[in-house]
Amino acid sequence: MGGENTLYGELSLVFRWFHKLASLKNFYRLAEILLPWLTGLCVILLAVGLYRGLFVAPTDYEQGESYRIIYVHVPSAWMSMFVYVVMAFCSGLFLVWKMKLADIVAEVSAPMGAAFTFLALSTGSLWGKPMWGTWWEWDARLTSELILLFLYIGYMALRAGIDNRNTAAKAAAILALVGVVNIPIIHYSVEWWNTLHQPASITKFDKPSIHISMLIPLLLMALGFTLFYVVNMLSRARSVILEREASTSWVRSRLEGNRL
Amino acid sequence: MKEFLAMGGYAVYVWPSFGLTFIVMALIVLGSRLQRSRAVDMVKRKSQIDENKTDH
Repeated sequence: MGGENTLYGELSLVFRWFHKLASLKNFYRLAEILLPWLTGLCVILLAVGLYRGLFVAPTDYEQGESYRIIYVHVPSAWMSMFVYVVMAFCSGLFLVWKMKLADIVAEVSAPMGAAFTFLALSTGSLWGKPMWGTWWEWDARLTSELILLFLYIGYMALRAGIDNRNTAAKAAAILALVGVVNIPIIHYSVEWWNTLHQPASITKFDKPSIHISMLIPLLLMALGFTLFYVVNMLSRARSVILEREASTSWVRSRLEGNRL
Repeated sequence: MKEFLAMGGYAVYVWPSFGLTFIVMALIVLGSRLQRSRAVDMVKRKSQIDENKTDH
């Protein structure tokens, strides 16, 4: 494209870097370099977090051993919201700047976000039964998290239901952006309403109300879950890029060099 | 070991939580691999079709 120099010449280096990264070919290459390292780090974090959470962290004086569910429940719940924020942010980038890459990231994130939301709800249920005496309660935290699951499902259904890819992407992006109001509702639900669910014990500004030996495995697991999402998101985005760019010369030359 | 597995009487809640999480995460990994092999197959098929076109 001839106009590229005059168009972008005066924009900052950051924007140019961003623009370069956003090209599907460069993203494909960058993800290829990052994936082995991120995968290794993810496996280590999950292994150490799991070991410390099950064997090293002490028994809780109130909840006994049942509290150990926290090590899968809280990371899943955090990820259910984090993935949604990523999806909504990318949807915004796609709607405003028509960034193809952002649309791809949003698309591949949705099923994983739904999976984490399902895990947050079901492990929460398994924790609620012994602690509250019920599997489910229509309280603000639980209900807003269930709405999150429906938002993910709606997003995926919308994408699958519209034949024209661009129309589907735009409609889904709008849904993702509208649904983002649910995220602060989930987060503050335990403060705004009288809920059965306990208030946040980690993300408080002063001091987390959890002992350090219990906190460390939780943070390791949370970081491990985050990397787990990032690794699978990068891998899936690469697959979508391959399919969309199948006829381009860079994919063909990678195919010929046997390094797809 | 027996004591550890008993989870202080909460085994029926703790282990299904960890088991379910493991299963869902394993499915995510499998899904990623499947998507990858499908994409690679598609690229190969498409280039095959294009090659046949230029032969004629």
